[in-house]
Amino acid sequence: MQFDSNQLIPVLPEIYILSLACLVLVIDLFIKQENRIVTYGITQIGLLLAVAITVAVGQPQTQIIFDGSYIRDPMSDVLKVGIFVVSFLAFLYAKDYLRDRDLFKGEFYTLGLFAVLGMIIMVSANSFLTIYLGLELLALSMYALVAFNRDSQDGAEAAMKYFVLGALASGILLYGISMVYGMTGTIRFDELGGAIQKVGLDNVVLVFGLVFIVIGLSFKLGAVPFHMWVPDVYHGAPTAVTLFLGSAPKIAAFALAMRMLVDGMEPLVGQGGWQGWQGMLIVLAVLSMAIGNLIAIAQTNIKRMLAYSTISHVGFILLGILAGTKEGYTAAMFYTLVYALMSAGGFGIVIALSRRGFEAENLDDYKGLNQRNPWFAGMMLLLMFSMAGVPPTVGFFAKLFVLDAVVSVDLTWVALVGVFFSIIGAFYYIRIIKLMYFDKPSDESPLSMGVDTQVVLSLNGLSMLYLGLFPAGLLSICHTAIGG
Amino acid sequence: MIELSDYLILGAILFAISVAGIFINRKNVIILLMCVELMLLAVNMNFVAFSHFLGDTVGQVFVFFILTVAAAEAAIGLAILVVLFRSKRSINVEDMDALRG
Amino acid sequence: MENIYLLIVLAPLVGAILAGFLGGSLGRKGAHWVTSTGVGISAVLSLYVLKRFMFDDQEVFNGAVYTWMVSDGLHMEVGFLVDQLTAVMISVVTFVSFCVHIYTIGYMADDEHNWPKTSLAGKNSYQRFFSYISLFTFSMLMLVMANNFMQLFFGWEAVGLVSYLLIGFWSVRPTAIFANLKAFLVNRVGDFGFILGIAAVAMYFNSLDYHEVFAMAPSLADTQIQIWGDSSWSLMSLIGILLFIGAMGKSAQVPLHVWLPDSMEGPTPISALIHAATMVTAGIFMVARMSPLYELSETALTFVLVIGATTAFFTGLIGIVQNDIKRVVAYSTLSQLGYMMVALGVSAYAAGIFHLMTHAFFKALLFLAAGSVIIGMHHDQDIRNMGGVKKYMPITYWTSLVGSLALIGFPGFSGFFSKDAIIEAVHHSNIAGAGYAYVLVVAGVFVTALYSFRMFFLVFHGEGPRDEHAKAHLHESPKVVTIPLILLAIPSVIIGYMTIDAMLFGDWFKGVLYVLPEHDTLAAVQGMVHSSNGMLAHTYASVPFYLAMGGLFVAWYIYMKNPEIADKIKTMAAPLHTLLDKKYWFDEAYQFVFAGGSRLLGKFLWLAGDRGVIDGLAVNGSAFSVGWLAGIIRHLQSGYLYHYAIAMILGLTLMLGWFVFA
Repeated sequence: MQFDSNQLIPVLPEIYILSLACLVLVIDLFIKQENRIVTYGITQIGLLLAVAITVAVGQPQTQIIFDGSYIRDPMSDVLKVGIFVVSFLAFLYAKDYLRDRDLFKGEFYTLGLFAVLGMIIMVSANSFLTIYLGLELLALSMYALVAFNRDSQDGAEAAMKYFVLGALASGILLYGISMVYGMTGTIRFDELGGAIQKVGLDNVVLVFGLVFIVIGLSFKLGAVPFHMWVPDVYHGAPTAVTLFLGSAPKIAAFALAMRMLVDGMEPLVGQGGWQGWQGMLIVLAVLSMAIGNLIAIAQTNIKRMLAYSTISHVGFILLGILAGTKEGYTAAMFYTLVYALMSAGGFGIVIALSRRGFEAENLDDYKGLNQRNPWFAGMMLLLMFSMAGVPPTVGFFAKLFVLDAVVSVDLTWVALVGVFFSIIGAFYYIRIIKLMYFDKPSDESPLSMGVDTQVVLSLNGLSMLYLGLFPAGLLSICHTAIGG
Repeated sequence: MIELSDYLILGAILFAISVAGIFINRKNVIILLMCVELMLLAVNMNFVAFSHFLGDTVGQVFVFFILTVAAAEAAIGLAILVVLFRSKRSINVEDMDALRG
Repeated sequence: MENIYLLIVLAPLVGAILAGFLGGSLGRKGAHWVTSTGVGISAVLSLYVLKRFMFDDQEVFNGAVYTWMVSDGLHMEVGFLVDQLTAVMISVVTFVSFCVHIYTIGYMADDEHNWPKTSLAGKNSYQRFFSYISLFTFSMLMLVMANNFMQLFFGWEAVGLVSYLLIGFWSVRPTAIFANLKAFLVNRVGDFGFILGIAAVAMYFNSLDYHEVFAMAPSLADTQIQIWGDSSWSLMSLIGILLFIGAMGKSAQVPLHVWLPDSMEGPTPISALIHAATMVTAGIFMVARMSPLYELSETALTFVLVIGATTAFFTGLIGIVQNDIKRVVAYSTLSQLGYMMVALGVSAYAAGIFHLMTHAFFKALLFLAAGSVIIGMHHDQDIRNMGGVKKYMPITYWTSLVGSLALIGFPGFSGFFSKDAIIEAVHHSNIAGAGYAYVLVVAGVFVTALYSFRMFFLVFHGEGPRDEHAKAHLHESPKVVTIPLILLAIPSVIIGYMTIDAMLFGDWFKGVLYVLPEHDTLAAVQGMVHSSNGMLAHTYASVPFYLAMGGLFVAWYIYMKNPEIADKIKTMAAPLHTLLDKKYWFDEAYQFVFAGGSRLLGKFLWLAGDRGVIDGLAVNGSAFSVGWLAGIIRHLQSGYLYHYAIAMILGLTLMLGWFVFA
């Protein structure tokens, strides 16, 4: 086959991020510790440039290149921009945290950029092989990042758990992929659908493989009962890593689900019933919303609490996907992007409150925040309201769109379950608001953060309100990206 | 004549052994890492078998990639193990219970 | 043009945001400059739009600016409909608002005296006030420029909210808090009807866009619906009446009028702007805007007519016995709103809007003049303590005279044309209830003249003021107060004469307000008189003119010439006086039945329902059990890696079992 250098244009974002990661790795060797900010600066400017490059190569048509391994379509463009922006936020919030704890090292950014590379490869994967490579690149970087604070026992324990369970999940996923490959003879998503039709939808081995794939996927998403790693890793990792881990990879995980289930195996959706992946996702979604919201109530550590809250949000994202309609995918994508922003902002506040020798991990540390810093208490209020789904914040619309999609495919009972557990979930978000506004502060010291963090965190919080008042813009972007 | 199903059964058995190893073993973390490797080999067995019987090379190419990733994974796993041992002075699975609830 | 429309709406919003959030750093001067500039820009642009419509055949604009969301095919949008009606409304709103902004600079200059020293709410109250009135202007513009029910409702609620905030602006006064709570609650009753009406529209038309709904309306004109049992309702009557209930709350029609007199607890500028000139006329505007719907239901029109006529006459009577200068004007507002409703009820929508416009100018003028007197009297509002103010406050005196003459419909003044047109329209109507309405609106003219000039004479003429101290300090208000008075006095005189030919006898509202030929009372009026000059020439033959003059004369005779007669009448007709003084016991009845009743019900529900069932079982019970459950389930997360792995494998096995082997 003739290699056409034009083929490289759609892959520019990946090539660029790879070069950037290598560049940061090399440059960092020659930088003294007190000038480490240069590494950070290169990374951040690089990420912003990546947004520009992605927008520049973006176009309405779909391009499939590299022998069908790689796809560039509107969805991948939007998700990549989302990943870059959220990673930018995460690195920005993390900076002060890392500096205060002597963790301000170049490796953080190298590993972070490789993780970003893994994510965008997942977003643009068009075959099982590509998606697996992206997934592993992300996962391996993340394992290392979780153990980034080498003196932390919790960090090491979390990393080990994450690693073993992650490897198990990868194994399960690969096992499923081998089954599907064996039955269909292809690993390309654009050919898979037709091949599945040919094999027949009731082929046992195929369904066998499908179950394994869905489970590998739900591990990455953190859906119950494959969620056990989430709270421990969120808790044990340094907050800066938790912030990164809890935001951008969710976008990639959504892409993972969309590529494998929708692009690849849409014939297996199972028409409104319990067969196919729709049925599996119903089980996972309902369990995730139930367990996530319930256990979150019993938490006293905010990182753990947000971890369980993630699990419940994943349930909602799954709801959108399992609707199996363009409307549902759009809603799920909207939810994912919004969730990544909310999560970044939430952990951003956690970081803003912590300082050297004090982690601000306990719910009691939020007591009386309104008296210490009313502005950021207000931002936290917006973020918590948004997570709880209180109008007029965007979280409300995200939930509304998803529920709307589910109801329109006659799965009203699933929607009702979703609403029910959202109400239970609202309790623990609003408890934080209660602590911030109605309790006396136990710690009167003012918050210390840089101007950049203050500005960006404020924008992040206000975006919850802005997107809530004007959701149509983002919604129509998602709508176009899904191609509805 | 060894048939496709024989290979698949072998793969399944290897896979089952490795999975069992992960949750039955309660002592040494290194055994966990070995089980993980074994699991990937089980998958490789499947891929190669399918590839051969389908007459399609993609499966074997996939195996090469899996092997490479497995090597990287082992490296990271061992690195984390070193960190774990350095801070906890133990690689006992049962000692890893600080994070729970 | 779309950008101009956007700018008209957004300029006051920007002012409100700046003055509201940055009030502290902008300072007082900054706050009033930025808000006045914002509203000023809106006013100039609105007048430009009006000019385009008058002279340049400006095209009607109807389009969405932003799609907020789509739910089940129902588009919820922010959109503008700018036609002749809108052009008139935005011009009136922004012009009056602009005058009020300037006036406020003087009126609120020493607002810190109204707050206790330590009050937190008193900090930056000046800036906050400006922010509110600008925000009000924005909301009102959203309301009148809406091209769909959704945005109409937004504006409707937003003006209600700002009105609530402003009535209770002096939040340290218990009376102010009581008044704003009352306004809020009474408006909720109206809004309940309103939102049901919108829901009915959404349900049967499956659209919220005005034009789509209006286009479909004739095809649904004969639709009957069953609400409960077998009773059958005409859809159009139902929608019309429900929407009108909203208008009754907002435009203070009997029996939902009780909040408006109390709203006078707010600072006078907002009484002028919100509770006289603009917000309370939103109901009138809304009904006129919905004319294609109302025309299809004579039942709804009769309902509007009867309520309007009742309000016009009976609230006017109360005005005669009031002694608080602002309350007199407030009852006069109620009565005039009644007149407008009457016009709508007889399908003379144009006359209703015409009266709305003239009334906005002269009533804002009267309120601001009253405010000027109040400033002079050091916030004493009792007219019995005043008198002889004329010689101390000449500008206020003359402008008040203009306003009062306009109000009673003195020939040539703006009120003359608009009120006469309404009365004539009622005269020519043959809709049910028109006879009743005619008697009341004609008698109302006498009443209007009586209470207006009673107040006028008591305040400005005769001896006084009673208090020597007040007398010594009484002087004309500063320029920022008097200039708006003069600005408003000019249209109070001339706007009627200038515009009646176009608005009532011309085709200004052609294609905007929709009237069925058999309802067209204005056409019948045109059969008699064709122009402004014709109306003036007809004055000698019109009953209302003699009634107005009679009222003026009686007021002069009783309160100037022969003051003891007033007391004599009071004792002679004691029951009647008590009836009016107690305002027909509306307040007491509501207080007893609704407030008392709901308190009783509330107490019962609180004790039995809330504390027992909801708190005890539902909330605390479920909270407890959820907490308990959470405490149990969290132990699943044991911290042991092999348990996690088992959970995964278990999940895998169950899923395999379920989906592969089932």
